[in-house]
Amino acid sequence: MNSQLSSFTRRLALSAVGAAALALAAPAMAQANKTVVGVAIPSATHGFTGGIVYWANQAKKDLEKAHPGLQVIVKTAGGAPEQANQLQDLVTVNKINALVIFPFESAALTKPVAQLKAKGVYVTVVDRGLTDTSAQDAYVAGDNTAFGKIPAEYIAKALGGKGNVVAMRGIATTLDNERMDAFNSVLKNHPGIKLLDAKYANWNRDDAFKVMQDYLTRFPQIDAVWAADDDMAVGVLKAIEQAKRKDIKLVFGGAGAKGMIKTLMDGSNPLIQANVSYSPKFIYDSIKLTAEARIKGEKLPANTIIPSVLITKETAKDFYFPDSPF
Amino acid sequence: MPQAPVNVPAENAAAPQAGGSRHAAATAAGATGVSAWWGKLHGLGPVIGLVLLCIAGTLLNSNFATYDNVMNVLTRTAFIGIIAVGMCFVIISGGIDLSVGSMAALIAGSVILFMNAMAPVLGSPMAAVVVGMLLAVVLGAVFGLVHGLLITKGRIEPFIVTLGTLGIFRAYLTYFSNGGAITLENDLSDLYSPVYYANLLGVPIPVWVFLLVAVIGGVILNRTAYGRYVQAIGSNEQVAQYAAVDVHKMKILTYMLLGVCVGIATLLYVPRLGSASPTTGLLWELEAIAAVIVGGTVLKGGAGSITGTVVGAILLSVISNILNLTSIISVYLNAAVQGFVIIAVAFMQRGKR
Repeated sequence: MNSQLSSFTRRLALSAVGAAALALAAPAMAQANKTVVGVAIPSATHGFTGGIVYWANQAKKDLEKAHPGLQVIVKTAGGAPEQANQLQDLVTVNKINALVIFPFESAALTKPVAQLKAKGVYVTVVDRGLTDTSAQDAYVAGDNTAFGKIPAEYIAKALGGKGNVVAMRGIATTLDNERMDAFNSVLKNHPGIKLLDAKYANWNRDDAFKVMQDYLTRFPQIDAVWAADDDMAVGVLKAIEQAKRKDIKLVFGGAGAKGMIKTLMDGSNPLIQANVSYSPKFIYDSIKLTAEARIKGEKLPANTIIPSVLITKETAKDFYFPDSPF
Repeated sequence: MPQAPVNVPAENAAAPQAGGSRHAAATAAGATGVSAWWGKLHGLGPVIGLVLLCIAGTLLNSNFATYDNVMNVLTRTAFIGIIAVGMCFVIISGGIDLSVGSMAALIAGSVILFMNAMAPVLGSPMAAVVVGMLLAVVLGAVFGLVHGLLITKGRIEPFIVTLGTLGIFRAYLTYFSNGGAITLENDLSDLYSPVYYANLLGVPIPVWVFLLVAVIGGVILNRTAYGRYVQAIGSNEQVAQYAAVDVHKMKILTYMLLGVCVGIATLLYVPRLGSASPTTGLLWELEAIAAVIVGGTVLKGGAGSITGTVVGAILLSVISNILNLTSIISVYLNAAVQGFVIIAVAFMQRGKR
């Protein structure tokens, strides 16, 4: 809370500084020794985006301490239009010379980002790619293919290549499709594994609870569940517990939420045996890489993929961040 | 199938009823046999819709009609259904409340934080849970009071007031949870979970509570002076004012009643997952309003039916249940199916405009 408050007052101060700079009409490039990094991210609406906001503010704190003269300005938006407005503010008021953006929507933000790049701002795009890659300098992404592939491989192996699986999907987006396609492509090699159904549960605990209840009503034999997200896994586990079903051997979530990682470390639920990383921490890495490269005047590689890896009981402690909200 | 009391026409309505309602159809002077019959029929729209849906569901998947599935659906409906009963009063009085989903989320978060903090202080987890449950209802009433005061004394449109609080409530929950989840501690969760998961005579507790709220709501609406005043205010506020109805007080009471319903729904909801997050209760307001309107209450107020509201709420959850039990329809079209059914049911029970 305190850190939020102080960051708010600091932001106020920053905008005041920005306004003063504007009044002096100092061209942005004249501050050659000063790097100002703008960060545009979605606001905290669920566990994962809550983690994004947390790690972005963490990066601001660490980097500003390590590099005097560096400024990091974090803006959160509730939707694509709002995010586009923030980009304009960042460039005209805050005079940023580098931008790290987690775009709300690929298509809607391509033009606004391209305009910033045309003004000489260095642009790093995170997670959701733009529809036109010439609008960006660098792209840092989580590994959605591995996010779907690793659980499929794990489930196939755990079931010995034979059994019934149900899946949850998030919200209809390109990223969700990528994960589902990757999951299906692995199952193609395991004809003994049957995917009974995959319904949308919106990365939401309550929706996942309902969908799982209905799966349990509908299918007398389910061997494993791909919940595809740790929030959804919470709802799935509750529904299984309520129905007192003993046929399910494995529930595979994803993204390594701290509660699930804790469960995995403690071995407190036999259904939770593994997880796959897709940490919101990649926003921290992206901001750090961008800021440090710009301070030195270097460029980032065009594409950086932050790999998603299998998390097991043995490796869980490396993925446990008790202070993060996610 | 819970049977709420049938909506009996109020005999001494304090004000002339608006046209297009069942009351008007049934009590209008010189109503012909045909229009009286029609009045009865078009109130049955949601019931006919529900019966048809249940038949379709059973044909598509024989598991639909199992006892467990029916109980699952009714338990799920309980939250929206209880809120919809309160919403029915607000809409009949000519108002609206868009904030109920966010309100439920904020109450859930506050109650969890309260229970976690108070268990060591009170020295008894049980006491913390019971006081926390009471807090849910009190918070609901307080939020409703604030709405009522802003709408009546502050003379702001209910749509605007509650649109504002929709954002305020959810933002505060997000702030308290740092964008993550607020989770009830394990020992409290174990103690509290029977409120959602336990059965009484083979029927889950939330279903009993839902039934009780619906029956009480029906009695208040059709058998008390307050219920008649609410209908009078909704059909013509000026006339109600001349007839010496304390309009402000009645409206404030109506928003408080809805707040209490949200509190009750939330105290049943919290033990289900034992957590609240920024996605809790998302779009509940639209589901509750839809349940009320599908159930035959007119959006502009004046008359409505608690029975219809209950059937409307069940109907909405049955649609998504059937969609989960089949793979015939593309998952991308789920929302479209719900839309078609809602419009079809509303069409079946439209009044004479």
